Amino acid sequence: MKSFNSYIGRPMERVEDLRMVRGRGTYVADVNRPNQLYAVILRSSVAHGIIRSIDSSEALALPGVRRVLTAKDLGSKVPVIPLRLQPLPQLEPFHQPVLADEKVRYVGEPVALVIADSAAIAEDALERIVLDIEPLPAVANRSQAEAKRAVLFEEHGSNVAITWSAFRGNADEAFKTADYVRRETFKVQRHAAMFMEPRGFVAEWDEAAGKLTVWGAAKTAWHNRRTLAAQLGLALEAVDLIEVDVGGGFGSRGEFYPEDYLIPAAARIVGRPVKWTEDRREHIMSANHARDVECDVEFAVSRDGRFIGLRGQIWADIGAYIRTNGSVGPRNVAQFMSGPYCIEHIDLKSSMLTTNKTPCGTYRGPGRYETDFIRERMIDLAAQDLKIDRVELRRRNLVADAQMPYPLASITPYDSSTELDSGDYHAVFDRCLKEFGWDERTRLRGQLIDGYYHGLAIGSFIEGGAAGPKEEARLVLETDGALSVYIGSSSVGQGLETIMAQIAADAMEMSYDKITIRHGSTSYVKDGYGAYHSRSTVMGGSAILLAADKLKDLIRKTAGARLGCKAEQVVIDGEQASFGGEHLAFAGLSGVPLEVEAEFFNKKYTWAYGTQAAHVAVDPGTGHVKVIDFISVEDVGRMINPLTLHGQAIGSIVQGLGGAFLEHLVYDDEGQLLTGSFADYLMPTASDFPNIRSITVELKPCPNNPLGAKGAGEGGLIPVGGVMANAVADALSHLNVQPMELPLSPPRLWQLVEQAETARSAD
Amino acid sequence: MKPPIFEYASPSTVAEAVALLASKDGNAKVISGGQSLMPMLAFRLATPELLVDLKHLKNLDAISIGEDGVRLGAKVRWCDIESDARLAVSHPLLAEAIKHVAHYQIRNRGTVGGSVAHADPSAEMPGIAMTCGARMTIVGSAGARIEAAADFFTGPLQTSLQPDEILTEVHLPPWPAARRWAFLEFARRKGDFAMAGIALHYDLDGAGRIVDAHVGAIGVADRPIRLAAVEAMLNGNRLDDRLIAAASAKARQSVDPPSDIHAPGAYRAALVATLLARGLKKSAV
Amino acid sequence: MDIKFDLNGQSVSADVEPRTTLADCIRNNFGQTGTHLACEHGVCGACTVLVNGEAVRSCLMLAVQVQGDQVVTVEGLSGDELTPLQAAFRKHHALQCGFCTPGFITTAHALLSHEPGADEERIRDVLSGNLCRCTGYVPIVEAVLEARESYRGSGSK
Repeated sequence: MKSFNSYIGRPMERVEDLRMVRGRGTYVADVNRPNQLYAVILRSSVAHGIIRSIDSSEALALPGVRRVLTAKDLGSKVPVIPLRLQPLPQLEPFHQPVLADEKVRYVGEPVALVIADSAAIAEDALERIVLDIEPLPAVANRSQAEAKRAVLFEEHGSNVAITWSAFRGNADEAFKTADYVRRETFKVQRHAAMFMEPRGFVAEWDEAAGKLTVWGAAKTAWHNRRTLAAQLGLALEAVDLIEVDVGGGFGSRGEFYPEDYLIPAAARIVGRPVKWTEDRREHIMSANHARDVECDVEFAVSRDGRFIGLRGQIWADIGAYIRTNGSVGPRNVAQFMSGPYCIEHIDLKSSMLTTNKTPCGTYRGPGRYETDFIRERMIDLAAQDLKIDRVELRRRNLVADAQMPYPLASITPYDSSTELDSGDYHAVFDRCLKEFGWDERTRLRGQLIDGYYHGLAIGSFIEGGAAGPKEEARLVLETDGALSVYIGSSSVGQGLETIMAQIAADAMEMSYDKITIRHGSTSYVKDGYGAYHSRSTVMGGSAILLAADKLKDLIRKTAGARLGCKAEQVVIDGEQASFGGEHLAFAGLSGVPLEVEAEFFNKKYTWAYGTQAAHVAVDPGTGHVKVIDFISVEDVGRMINPLTLHGQAIGSIVQGLGGAFLEHLVYDDEGQLLTGSFADYLMPTASDFPNIRSITVELKPCPNNPLGAKGAGEGGLIPVGGVMANAVADALSHLNVQPMELPLSPPRLWQLVEQAETARSAD
Repeated sequence: MKPPIFEYASPSTVAEAVALLASKDGNAKVISGGQSLMPMLAFRLATPELLVDLKHLKNLDAISIGEDGVRLGAKVRWCDIESDARLAVSHPLLAEAIKHVAHYQIRNRGTVGGSVAHADPSAEMPGIAMTCGARMTIVGSAGARIEAAADFFTGPLQTSLQPDEILTEVHLPPWPAARRWAFLEFARRKGDFAMAGIALHYDLDGAGRIVDAHVGAIGVADRPIRLAAVEAMLNGNRLDDRLIAAASAKARQSVDPPSDIHAPGAYRAALVATLLARGLKKSAV
Repeated sequence: MDIKFDLNGQSVSADVEPRTTLADCIRNNFGQTGTHLACEHGVCGACTVLVNGEAVRSCLMLAVQVQGDQVVTVEGLSGDELTPLQAAFRKHHALQCGFCTPGFITTAHALLSHEPGADEERIRDVLSGNLCRCTGYVPIVEAVLEARESYRGSGSK
């Protein structure tokens, strides 16, 4: 293929920014329909209990209140939220009803919906609903779950919903003969994606046409349309989900939540458009939580520093229900604990525990953040015990180029076998050391300078991407020569319009500004899968490449008919089709738009990979950690837009630092959420982590897609917890402080220092 | 998160404002910058019938500096203090402490009177008022009265202000040019409420001994406090490493902070000790 | 209550409930939806607007409190062309989802209007009152640093 264009690989400024920096974006809260009403949701303030009664009479008496809906108004059987991923039948008992029927199982669970003339009036009405809940003992943590302080689903008889098993080789045999085994317990705290734009919907029911339109879709519009249409008993074509600008997702936004049913259903019931805008307080208690994992693992290593095996038990506190993708994190912790290292023998169980807390789902790097914390800590502990330099120990065990493709552990009961596709892990590892200046900095390790102890750490990671099964693109060459690209991928703020336009421009050898990308709405293509598992660029981009080939065939055919030659004789070049000195511009080539569709199918994940290094300084008096330097080097196969990719990496790393130091969704023993505002849920700000660097390389293109790209965007975050904990341990090595739990909050570090000093003085 | 229904008035004199407050039998609240009240309204933790806005009241927004000290009108904003270069000499402790208050946008609205009346036990301004022995001017239906900070702060978010009273001025005593001082706090992030903080000042006698030590702490009790035992230990002595260590240990023993989601009480107590030691060292430089 | 104020250079009036926040008033009464609400309790900074030239959180003000004042939102900062500050945000990829962006633009605009010489530490300090979940702040700070030049000599202090 002759390539006139080279948009791919260039740091193109984003198309989206032109509206966004001027306040001209359209987010769902900016969508209004004539005659609309406003919904707010009554949520349980009790973690676990039986609903005795709901009295809405005083609320309904308030002027401006139109309707109060409870489970009883939703028909004989309250719809439940089906699973999108790993839809195992044995998980059906744990599906969430869209409004609590009989029982409430977490603080924040929707119990009723108020529809009124304004959001303020609807909130006034909430205070007038008398909700009588008979409290039951709550299950707020692993020990309460295992002790069956209560059982959330009585018919199931246990709070263990399911146990995943990751296995490879023969771990029991391997551990019997291993030179060295270390067993430790670790904990990663509950935190969440916490994207900036709260969720919201505007739903409109057209009675005459029998058609439902819903604004506010994100991530997985087509799947959600199928779910909603089925719940409402409507044909797919009768439901249209529209994606407008989306203020961040990170895995959490766009999954099917109770409100995805409630707002459209309410619009149909009241016969007027209904708008719901989530507020931050309810977001914190209703959108998916994540992480919240404990484990007890053993790591076997040979005397000469070869990793042999991982074995142990993981407990994932998944909250009150299993929603759409609730199994992904707990599964990933087990399946991907070996990361980028050769570990031949694996036997890891991961049990999902139901508790009276907000349900968990995926958040950027689901399960991977947790499992990398565990693994990278274990590696440093082993290095210390075996007296092997931790850099050397890692280098010795990284999967080598020659070992590719390298299979990861298998997993049951829902198999998703995968193998590392390609990579030069050692090259990236060494690049990271060099860019970081590891050797020059080692003299600072453990040094006390101006009241801060200095420490270093390094860690490597893999990042899965490009989940199948497919993505779809429809290309339309308009009669004026412009190209419209309709795509099943979704934007959650990652710059999709720009990236897809770059790919399309190169594929069609067209000017970038003649291309418009339309995405994420269910009317654009027959089927779409969306934005998750770092898949939009690889899957959507590959679909565009396939569609572009088809469109060029169609252009040749159309031009050939007019130029009096065979299609294959037509040359496409510079937005014109030519034969024998005659040129037909794309504009006016045909009296009707030329339209093609293509699907890209993929069964193999892409595996980006990288290494991060950090230099921290710890104030033992306050427990404060300064990140002096942080660098991440990642190979993504092929960069479409270095500017946006770099942005993904830096942003992802800072989210990871939030998880490492600040963010924590705290519950008390009765299942009350104690961090219900931004005053208590602490995310990084501009003054917290100024020194972050990221380098992206293109060493090994992915062999499994025409772009050669590997999904990226989650990677930066994945090893951050482990790297930070190791750096802190390194800084405080004179005290042998060993953090086994995140976050590394000032009080926690102070306590570890106090304990270590007490232990030392007792020696 | 929409505020509950209330009425709103913006009177033009203190007398009118007081009369409006008195008319609602305890169910009216003063609003000025609103930076503490508005979040409470958004969460419906405060449900007043009437808000009385001080916006049009005159003469409450001045920083007056004289021989009798620094007088801060209730409507003086954090940004006003920040940009008043005189305070670097007239009250460097105040100027330093206020640098830690919240964030840029809030500093453009938040006021001295609002913070002191809100009486958050972790807030800087109440801490300074307490440490320095400020005197509050309060106007109510019964007229004006003046109250010492030690009597003004009565509990968590509680003060001696009556429902029909308005705090109009905070008066900090004079600041000798040679006074030694320090303000240190530790927060999870820049601008957050402190997990603990210390404010201190003292003078030196001709022999270099500490006199008139004032040591205050925030974030460790239900209100801003003075550490009298630490002050007693400092007074009459020369500051050296031994005294600093002893004062630091004394500070740790003199507080009994409650535990909350952000930190166990023991951490806050240790933090006060750490900050006091660092503050005393800093004050000597 | 009837209120009248100046919004982006236009005199506007409305009849609002006293409980209406300035943010809701700007968005709902006047359709200026560039001012975003992400927390409604004064922490995130997404709703930052300028009142009489100073950056304030519009969720922490009542609409009735801006009677007679000059209010400028992100929409009021530029016409069809991007301002140098907005262009710098684009150039440095200082936004991803764009939801927090109006608050950063208004805050940075106020800062640089008053302090065109602000250094990196001051910029980070001021911007620490705005939350961004996407960018990690590094490119935002780069963009604001670059935009300083265009505010020098503007004499708006």
